[in-house]
Amino acid sequence: MPKIKLGAKSPRIDMTPMVDLFTLLLTFFILTATFRPQESAPVDTPFSVSEKPIMDANVMTVLIAKDKRVFFNIDNGPDTILKFRPKVLAEMGKRYNIEFNEAELRQFEKSGTAVGVPIQKMKEYLNTKNSDERRVLETGVPIDSTDNQLALWILFARQVNPAVQTMIKGDADLEFPVVREILSILQDKNVNRYSLVTNLRAVEVKEDEIAE
Amino acid sequence: MAEVQVQENTKGGKKKPKKGDAHVDMTPMVDLMSLLITFFMLTAAFSKPKVMEIVLPEKIKKGEKVEPPKIAESRTLNVILGPNDKVYWYPGKADPEVTVLQETDFSATGIRKVLLDRNRALFRKIDDFQKKVISGEIEISQDSLRSAISQLKKDDDTGPIVLIKAYKTSKYKNFVDIIDEMSIVGIARYTVTDINWVEEKLVEKALGIAPVATTQTAK
Repeated sequence: MPKIKLGAKSPRIDMTPMVDLFTLLLTFFILTATFRPQESAPVDTPFSVSEKPIMDANVMTVLIAKDKRVFFNIDNGPDTILKFRPKVLAEMGKRYNIEFNEAELRQFEKSGTAVGVPIQKMKEYLNTKNSDERRVLETGVPIDSTDNQLALWILFARQVNPAVQTMIKGDADLEFPVVREILSILQDKNVNRYSLVTNLRAVEVKEDEIAE
Repeated sequence: MAEVQVQENTKGGKKKPKKGDAHVDMTPMVDLMSLLITFFMLTAAFSKPKVMEIVLPEKIKKGEKVEPPKIAESRTLNVILGPNDKVYWYPGKADPEVTVLQETDFSATGIRKVLLDRNRALFRKIDDFQKKVISGEIEISQDSLRSAISQLKKDDDTGPIVLIKAYKTSKYKNFVDIIDEMSIVGIARYTVTDINWVEEKLVEKALGIAPVATTQTAK
């Protein structure tokens, strides 16, 4: 009887389809990846049932960290040519007699991180390369009534970009009076509509609760 | 695994690479790609944070003489956020002698029940409307659904007017929670106002703190 001889070839798997698929996935993930600028301070946002997604552009964000430091951030606008960030910084500098040079404005435009330093230290902050040293400088935007820089940031942000919307990102464990103070600063600047940044949590009201 | 195959020609002594069937070893490429895919998948932020909109009434500036809007006492429901996830509420106007704060919490049977009891008529209306939309009885676009619901809310004149106040040690989280409850229960009219000294005292009484500050009473 003739034996069926199996060839002693090493079994080879054709990897081409796998590679195809991988390339496709990789392209998808690379293209959809959005790199968010590093958050200046960790903030655990509270949960809510709201399903409205966060806005992408024309936003100014007031960030309140756990340790009550206040950060302020605005975006460059829907188009990068608009350069809202450097414009606001230049306005801010004018008010405090600080001249920012081209490189500093560029640096501020590119970084996209929230402002957490008093304007007097801004120059030093922008020229510091080391991120640890930067962190030390971030003492929060002053909000006391003698030198309310947050109010000025809000004012100039709205002057430069009239379509700007206000977002408040506060830590869940913050005490309410701190947030109330920020709200009242915003109200002083005639901003009465806010979006509070939250995480989604599903809640349902059941039938029997209504029936009762 | 796939590898570059070098086959020897058995006939004759000459070594001749076989034409055409050259396999490229793709393993390193696949390795690298899986690594990159893993990286991008893990860093991809699929769940974007959400936002919740609130609108506060315009602040009355110093020197301006604007009468605060009058609201019916019978429809007013005051909700005071306390420390440790506690909520206090009382209807109508605060009277330091008579008013007793009711204590409750953020569970389904807590403040939600209190609000729902008072807002049942409107809640039913909105709920019925939404059910009809889901079942296909009413055909309506998403946008006009929203405006239809806000119209229902605007027309409502039986539901409570909720005044949200926060005691000084309450948490921001609770503030978001209570506004959440407003949207869950479909309260048409609510606003955030500052706590007054009568309410502060009532909360302190409920908490068992002896009233300390006499400066508050001077206001």
